[in-house]
Amino acid sequence: MSDLFNLSLTVNGAAYERQVEPRLLLSDFLRQNLGLTGTHVGCEHGVCGACTILFDGEPARSCLIFAVQAHGHEVLTVEGMGTIDNLHPLQEAFWEAHGLQCGFCTPGFLTTLLPFLEENPDPSEEEIREAISGNLCRCTGYQHIVDAVKLAAEKMRT
Amino acid sequence: MTKEFIGKRIKRNEDPRLLTGQALFVDDVDIPGMLHAAFVRSDYAHAKIVSIDTSTARQMPGVVAVYTAEDMGDEWQPGPPLVSPPPTVEDVVFHSRRQAPLVKDKVRHAGETVAVVVAESRYLAEDAAEEIWVEYDPLPAVVDIEKGLEPNSPLVHDDLESNLAAHLSQEKGDYEAAKAQADVVISKKIHIDRGAAAAMENRGIVAHWDEKGQLLTIWDTTQAPIPIRNGTAARLGLSENQVRVIAPFVGGGFGPKIMMFYPEEMLIPWISMKLCRPIKWIEDRRENFYATTQERGQVHEVEMALTKDGKILGLKDDFLHDTGAFDPYGLTIPLNTQSHVMGPYEIANFSSEFKVVFTNKTIVTPVRGAGRPQGVYIIERLMDAAARELDIDPIEIRKKNLIAPDAFPYSHSIIDQAFAELILDSGDYLPTFEKAIEMIGYRQFIEQEQPRLRAEGKYVGIGITPFIETTGVGPYEGARVQIEPSGKVNLATGIGTQGQGHFTSFAQIVAEQLGVDVTDVRIITGDTAEFHWGTGTFASRGAVVAGNAVYAAASGVRKKVLKMASKVLDAPEEELEIQDGMVRVADIPRMSISLGELAAQANPLRGAVEPGTEPGLEATDYFGPQYGATAFGTHAMIIEVDPETMLVEIKRYVTAEDCGRMLNPLIVEGQVHGGVSMGIGNAYYEQLHFDENGQLLNASLADYLIPSSMEMPPRIEVGHAETKSPLSELGTKGVGEAGTIPVPACFAQALENALQDFDLEIAETPLSPNRLYELLYKKEQ
Repeated sequence: MSDLFNLSLTVNGAAYERQVEPRLLLSDFLRQNLGLTGTHVGCEHGVCGACTILFDGEPARSCLIFAVQAHGHEVLTVEGMGTIDNLHPLQEAFWEAHGLQCGFCTPGFLTTLLPFLEENPDPSEEEIREAISGNLCRCTGYQHIVDAVKLAAEKMRT
Repeated sequence: MTKEFIGKRIKRNEDPRLLTGQALFVDDVDIPGMLHAAFVRSDYAHAKIVSIDTSTARQMPGVVAVYTAEDMGDEWQPGPPLVSPPPTVEDVVFHSRRQAPLVKDKVRHAGETVAVVVAESRYLAEDAAEEIWVEYDPLPAVVDIEKGLEPNSPLVHDDLESNLAAHLSQEKGDYEAAKAQADVVISKKIHIDRGAAAAMENRGIVAHWDEKGQLLTIWDTTQAPIPIRNGTAARLGLSENQVRVIAPFVGGGFGPKIMMFYPEEMLIPWISMKLCRPIKWIEDRRENFYATTQERGQVHEVEMALTKDGKILGLKDDFLHDTGAFDPYGLTIPLNTQSHVMGPYEIANFSSEFKVVFTNKTIVTPVRGAGRPQGVYIIERLMDAAARELDIDPIEIRKKNLIAPDAFPYSHSIIDQAFAELILDSGDYLPTFEKAIEMIGYRQFIEQEQPRLRAEGKYVGIGITPFIETTGVGPYEGARVQIEPSGKVNLATGIGTQGQGHFTSFAQIVAEQLGVDVTDVRIITGDTAEFHWGTGTFASRGAVVAGNAVYAAASGVRKKVLKMASKVLDAPEEELEIQDGMVRVADIPRMSISLGELAAQANPLRGAVEPGTEPGLEATDYFGPQYGATAFGTHAMIIEVDPETMLVEIKRYVTAEDCGRMLNPLIVEGQVHGGVSMGIGNAYYEQLHFDENGQLLNASLADYLIPSSMEMPPRIEVGHAETKSPLSELGTKGVGEAGTIPVPACFAQALENALQDFDLEIAETPLSPNRLYELLYKKEQ
């Protein structure tokens, strides 16, 4: 077994220190070591986007990052966006527009869209489609997701 | 009046949990002491196993156990047949060959399970799996289904004389006589290839044998928790009550998750009992491409006899169906193809023979559509060819042959996948057909836009495809509804859920019966400890079969509520109304009692009750339809082909669907959108490429292209009609697969229309830009 590495990072605003193997993926670290199972793993090769998290505010595939690479960085997962009783407007919009079905890919869409909407408060449908083009969804055909993003933009502007 | 919820666009009860990462999926299950499994899978599609050396792996750090077929001893046994062969057809041939938990002597497809390692972590299990050395003696692989039936073909199963897995013929009327009278006979050979379901969540299973409690709990990404429980109990020699199967939130099903038993589903619970430890196995995406079932491979030789004015006299369709290495799912798919190849049309004379072929490829079981897209593709390709041959408008030739509305219930006089007579329960096909034509502006497109755009050098085309979908098949489902003293309502049903919105649509049914809010209904699906009768979520049957069981159980509770309230309030039942969680005497608001109070009184702690009294406000009921409810509709699309890149842009997409009474149109539209996206994948992006050795060449999501937001049309416009099914109280029909079924047929039609200058005839699916280029290039030669 390889040597352990002392990892310290911030996840959803809380500081964590853990000893991890260098080969441990960030996705597995979040899910298994921290119990943050909202980040889903759909392909382990960076295509489907389900495992997307915010790495220092930028969307990143947590299945393509080793946990040790997050040393000293800030990570935001879907659990840090809102709670059942206090949903983020983006989450509310997904709810209202039926932007999810099985919900497995949803956390990755939400984390992809959060910075997108902050930078593009009034995006066109085409811009939205491009923004989510790196996230695969097998259930919705994307249309209600696009509707949800438009609705979210509206909510977030006001 | 009780508030109406059925038919309303209500946002979903389950969403807040899913949106915040608080919904439990199988991979989220974490139990102290849990071990992790990793599989060694066959590198070859067809090879004898000479030896397996596990000695190094067994010594590796963190490894707790390694098993091969030999290690299982007498406990090794193949999986049970999932669907039995048909008993009702004469001269049917069916050879049942089923997958085993671990391969004993010969691997029959790449990715078959050869050994399993159990270790303290998945990382350590995979390390050790790499150190298991399997020596193979490779054999030539059966890949192509036509070659697979040639006399000199290698055999997938050596104990059979050929690779023929099944053979079945069906006749209606007299096709040859019809052909003799025909003005024209159209014949074609059509190839349809495989795709993957590619649910975003791969499969997974956690099994926890509690030795002290003598209970086995299994979390499984299955669409069929109850049959998994019963089959697991039987395999492991346990009572059914000792096994609890939970299908929690499941990240998309689309058919393959109803396959049972997968090798991993047989093994993981067995290992948990052997080691008395919880065991987790989560499939990775590569495994999903090799080991999760696939569908659609067929080759059809088909002909259609018509009069010169376009009336179909008869249809003959002989086809081969690829079942992969085993055939656990019986004849469901090819029977569905036969049941849909006559489509929505009146065809008096029909002859169809299919042969199911074993190949050295991943097992085939239903994938969203389940044989139906192939049937629709075949008939619609022929309709287009006939229209062209007879110089009749493609719309008119279809209209001329649609089954008339007064013909229902309409028997197609063959047997369907339930081995019962194929009866279309109800329908009115012309209105949805005309609605789609109108929505897409067919005449205007053909007469004005297309000529104008063609003059500008643009290759634009239109497709309009009617279809039927048999849904809501038996045998039955059940539900239990209970009002709690809190006034909240519990509903348990046996089917699992994979994103269809059951927590909401079923709540709507209950809420309407019991005068509570949709959010006051707590739903449990897919937990055998809560409900243990039923079969599963498949064949677009949730809203029909489980939905009507929910309705029946809720109605039963409503009756109990009224009966009891009538006594408590001393008023006749007819004068009572249930609203806002209260039972009231109409017009006298002070004479009322809450449902919760009534529930408490129905379960007294002391005192005497009348003989025969059942406690509580609870009812269990079942629904089993006489036969399926057939949904229908029409899809239409306008496309533009880029003649340089062969990329196809879908400019407009329209569906006019009729799934009977809609429980929640928002959910129905979501199902249609998602179905269409899978259909677009089937039509132009998704094809599993196996080489001549049976190796899958595109086993990743980077190589196997499922549509992203960019490949989808800007909008899918959904129009509705509601022809209620007469077979149930709710009048519902299924819609889960409807979006997918007609898309490849409609796409091929639109392509031919866009490329009419090239006189291109399409007789295959899936297509791709590369393949389209090849077809056009060949044409030019």
